[in-house]
Amino acid sequence: MRRPKVLAAAAAGTLALSLLSACGGGDDDGEGTSTKVSNDAIGKIHNPSDRRGGTLKMATSSDIDSIDPGDMYYAWANNFARLYSRMLLTYPAKPGAEGWKPVPDLAESLGQPSDDNKTWTYKLKKGLKYEDGREITAKDIKYAVARTFDRGVLRNGPSYFSQLLDADGYKGPYKDKNLDHFKGVTTPDDYTVVFHLKEPFAEFNELVTFSGQTAPVPQDKDKGERYGLHPVSSGPYKWEKDYQPGKGGVLVRNDQWDQSTDPNRKQLPDRIELIAGMNADELDNQLLSGQIHVDLPGTGVQDNARKAILTDPEKRKNADNPPGGFSWYNPINTKLIPLECRKAMVWAANRDAMWRAYGGDVGGELSTSIMPPSVEGRQKGVDHYTKAEKGYTGNVEEAKKALQACGKPNGFETKMVYRSDRPKEKAVAEALQQSLGRVGIKLTLQGYPASTYTNDQFGSPSFVEKNGIGLGTYGWHADWPTGYGYLQAITDKDAIVESGNANPGLFDNAEVNKIWDEVVKINDPNKRNELYNKVDDIYRREAAVIPNVYAKSLLYRPPTLTNVFFHEGYGMYNYSTLGLSG
Amino acid sequence: MIAYIVRRLVGAAALVVIISAVTFSIFFLLPRLAGTTPDDLASRFAGKSPTPETVQAIKERFGFDDPVPVQYARFLKGVVAGSEYDTGTDVIDCPAPCFGYSFRDNINVTDVLLDRIPVTLSLVVGAAVLWLLAGVSIGVLSALRKGTVFDRAAMLMALAGVSLPIFFTGLLSLTFIVHQWDLLPPVSYHSFLDNPFKWAGNLILPWVTLSFLYAAMYARMTRAGMLDTMNEDYIRTARAKGLPEKTVITKHALRGTLTPLLTMFGMDIGLLLGGAVLTESTFSLHGLGELALAGVIGSDLPVVLGVVSVAALFVVLANLVVDLLYGVVDPRVRHN
Amino acid sequence: MAKGKDKASEAGNTGLAVDSSVKKADDSWGEGGSRPPTAFLEVRDLRIHFPTDDGLVKSVDGLSFQLERGKTLGIVGESGSGKSVTSLGILGLHNRRNARVSGEIWLNGKELVSAPPDEVRKLRGREMAMIFQDPLSAMHPFYTVGQQIMEAYRIHNDVSKQAARKHAIDMLGRVGIPRPERRVDDYPHQFSGGMRQRAMIAMALCCNPNLLIADEPTTALDVTVQAQILDLIRDLQEEFNSAVIMITHDLGVVAELSDDILVMYAGRCVEYASVDDAFHRPLHPYTWGLLGSMPRLDRARSERLMPIKGTPPSLINVPSGCAFNPRCAYAELTDGKSQKERPELREVEPGHKVACHLPLSRRREIWNTEIAPKL
Repeated sequence: MRRPKVLAAAAAGTLALSLLSACGGGDDDGEGTSTKVSNDAIGKIHNPSDRRGGTLKMATSSDIDSIDPGDMYYAWANNFARLYSRMLLTYPAKPGAEGWKPVPDLAESLGQPSDDNKTWTYKLKKGLKYEDGREITAKDIKYAVARTFDRGVLRNGPSYFSQLLDADGYKGPYKDKNLDHFKGVTTPDDYTVVFHLKEPFAEFNELVTFSGQTAPVPQDKDKGERYGLHPVSSGPYKWEKDYQPGKGGVLVRNDQWDQSTDPNRKQLPDRIELIAGMNADELDNQLLSGQIHVDLPGTGVQDNARKAILTDPEKRKNADNPPGGFSWYNPINTKLIPLECRKAMVWAANRDAMWRAYGGDVGGELSTSIMPPSVEGRQKGVDHYTKAEKGYTGNVEEAKKALQACGKPNGFETKMVYRSDRPKEKAVAEALQQSLGRVGIKLTLQGYPASTYTNDQFGSPSFVEKNGIGLGTYGWHADWPTGYGYLQAITDKDAIVESGNANPGLFDNAEVNKIWDEVVKINDPNKRNELYNKVDDIYRREAAVIPNVYAKSLLYRPPTLTNVFFHEGYGMYNYSTLGLSG
Repeated sequence: MIAYIVRRLVGAAALVVIISAVTFSIFFLLPRLAGTTPDDLASRFAGKSPTPETVQAIKERFGFDDPVPVQYARFLKGVVAGSEYDTGTDVIDCPAPCFGYSFRDNINVTDVLLDRIPVTLSLVVGAAVLWLLAGVSIGVLSALRKGTVFDRAAMLMALAGVSLPIFFTGLLSLTFIVHQWDLLPPVSYHSFLDNPFKWAGNLILPWVTLSFLYAAMYARMTRAGMLDTMNEDYIRTARAKGLPEKTVITKHALRGTLTPLLTMFGMDIGLLLGGAVLTESTFSLHGLGELALAGVIGSDLPVVLGVVSVAALFVVLANLVVDLLYGVVDPRVRHN
Repeated sequence: MAKGKDKASEAGNTGLAVDSSVKKADDSWGEGGSRPPTAFLEVRDLRIHFPTDDGLVKSVDGLSFQLERGKTLGIVGESGSGKSVTSLGILGLHNRRNARVSGEIWLNGKELVSAPPDEVRKLRGREMAMIFQDPLSAMHPFYTVGQQIMEAYRIHNDVSKQAARKHAIDMLGRVGIPRPERRVDDYPHQFSGGMRQRAMIAMALCCNPNLLIADEPTTALDVTVQAQILDLIRDLQEEFNSAVIMITHDLGVVAELSDDILVMYAGRCVEYASVDDAFHRPLHPYTWGLLGSMPRLDRARSERLMPIKGTPPSLINVPSGCAFNPRCAYAELTDGKSQKERPELREVEPGHKVACHLPLSRRREIWNTEIAPKL
């Protein structure tokens, strides 16, 4: 997953924290430490309270991609956007597996598909209002969806609507001012929104749920690109002033929001501050001291704070160590390296060392399937050419056999890339270099900056081909927690794009490609899940990937934070119901 | 004199043009050499796994398909004559000097620069006062007590100050002084005009941290300069006149020592005003340096160009001021 | 020497034949008192040593001489012979931390070596003043000539700025600077070399000192200007009746101005004589060498110069015996005595002292037959 801004700041902080952690002694390998943190906010609501008041401070070391719900992609941004915007559907504010099941928000119920899954109809609740008291109508949602068609203006958000909706060359409301020309969404009346798809798409409700792109936008208030400095609120909070990119902004109560219509949000704090551009270690310091209440990106604390938490029983009470929804793995270039040789690579990989590179138990869990456990219907699957076990250092015998079969008994040379400003990826690359070296597979390591890695280097098929890259580090987080959301972009041949490619191993398997074409027409989720698990299995059976870990993050919540729980859909704490105890 | 200043300012403008051209080349041409296509560039401004349509739309919007000289000319025109900015719904006027709108944040870069300059200015001016006071006095005392315990201790501190990076001293001081011992409030920027006490109180730590590094350098420079000066013939003359040692040092030696430091001081101030990157990012101060860092990492060309131009301007101005001041303090320069 | 704590003087007093049995003087700052001075300036067994990492540098090692007001003493010698160190020593300008100064310096009845530094400081500029070699570097570049003269004046005289300024203009006028009321506000770099030296002299003389030390005052100047400056110094000396020490490596300057000459070699006096004796009856081979090195226009180029062979000795490892012996053409005539024993400075004629092992008659013979004809 590409997170330019988040990682930007992380890169800046890396220098500092690597230095400080160098002073703090060696990395703990995490053996057994995960059992020490309380995990009190996983699976249940911790510190439930209806106390109102206080200023909730939420911070990030980088910045939100945009506060325009139509122009954001990342899970934490969507999680945060729920504070000031409501969408057609949303994830329920509930702990546990229920969290990832779409529920109605502005809509009265989930979207009703036509028989062929090509038309999806949503009915709006009546009487819901914007911050200025005007009623939210179907037209506003149509407009919100229409504006996502202008990819040059709303660049950051997902482009599913413009890809899936049957809009026949529509360029968006900025180039084409007449909204009637947009046929992808129709509004038979003020409270009905109908989506018209080109092809059947079974998981349209999930698609609608995961992004903020169905949050209503009043056309007369839209400022195009600059709407993202002050979007109009439909949620419990509204922006006090214009957002200041790089610095942050303040949310205050929206008195037009009605709690009785909205079970998934609360309006407890008086004010909510978003503080952007805070030094990552300073953010942790303030989080641990309670001056900051939430680390917005939700990917966990830095190394220094990690040590501070794990070594302090008091702090461990306020920490959770949940799976964050990321899976870290290493795609192998299937165009460059033949199957048997790929098998040899997987056989030789030292899984124990790779797992330790991610910080052991606290950092992640050894993976079998590429899909992480948080994906609906995901099965663990069976290991192919490797073992997802602590202490497993690879199988040199089998690797040599595979090399023999490949016709390269003495091994071969190839290039491995990784993000040079991510120490964990560097350590993984070194572990692979060492363990593959045992069977004569010589890896030349080459690091690239995280800010360009997924676009210009590993994410660029022509770059991969030109430079003969055989292997690289990679990680992925699903847009929505189904097998489609997780696997399609990384295994479908059709998903290979020239830039920002998420299938860098250029995996192109006829059976898998066919599944992706078929699966969207299947209504039964169980049947779909079966196919997703099959794709996962084929992907690994074809030795197109060396699995590594499902990431776990170490999250901290100051004791003053109320109603806090880990949200499985977002992979972090839920932000829409938080309050303060004092 | 006026002609001289005008000439220098014209030179400064030329420098900004050259530097922005170089920045442009680094942004567009160098990645191209490394194999980056305009598509790759455009996709950096999109969300994850963008569709080809998205990439195409972004290229069009930012004009990445135009030849680089055309794009550069467009930038220059904006700076000189202003330009217009299409938000999608409206066309906004962007008066000169217009560095364009941020690729990522969609805001007028000139406004951002104006918003950030006071932060960096506050940081640098405060730190400069501290490091001048500390650095010069320690350097002088060290030179006068060369070889003593004081000298050795001071120079050891100075070595530490020069060697320890700011993100280290900064994080350390934040962790202990702010969080462990609660001696100072967390660092933040408040306008001097609103509340000078709050302004100073919340900036003490970055001032001290930044000035620690520079005070160390200045102490070493002052010491070396002072030792040199004390060997000057004119110091011997001053003593031969029967002046008390105090007068010899304060009136004769210091003047000779500090004047060359002025050049260094001007250079340092100029460079730091362009952005004290490490200090600002360590202390989460939203100054020019932090902006530059975010701009570079985010490939946000208009922001980078804006900061680079302002930084170049600061360097040139600081040097101009130093040169003019030099004429005041050093009569030999004045008469040439 | 009666100064008991002075080990250096106990170690080797080879200086002037002084009477060490005289009673203690009851003068000035107590501790240095020995025989009261008979002359205006009397230097006794002056030693100035600098401890360095490589060893002890004995820049001045047992120097003694006397000087009366109105008289001029020329101190000559090669670079590094200790001339300038001596003059700075008299002014007390050596840093006590890196220089060891011993012996006695009596100025107008006051002993300076043992005096508190601040007392010596008060004498500097008022009682004794110095003209330095390179006036450009010796004057502060950032202050006007007038400011620098005024500063020297006001430190010793409690007068207003206006009065000091008037005095500075006066002094500049007296040293022959035209339109002094305007030049007083100029900076040193705005003066020509000769004018600068005049200003320097004005600064040195502004408090009417009794002792004036001129350290190579004309070296940095054009030849024509040199003569003017020397004239000026002589005129002012007459006017103020000062004692003058003229430090130079230029025997011509000495011949012009001095009454007596002190020839220094390796921190010691090797010959002390009147100008007449020194030029016409010198008795030390080193002095011969200096005379032989003097350029003379009336000689053919080929025979003009008789340079002294070798280089000046290291002041850390001064050759044993006579320090000049490795370079001396006549050292072998002393049966090795030159290598073993340091020659004492003996008064061979009234007012003429020489330190050499060669028999006196032999030296006179060599001078008359070998050296003088070639000069």
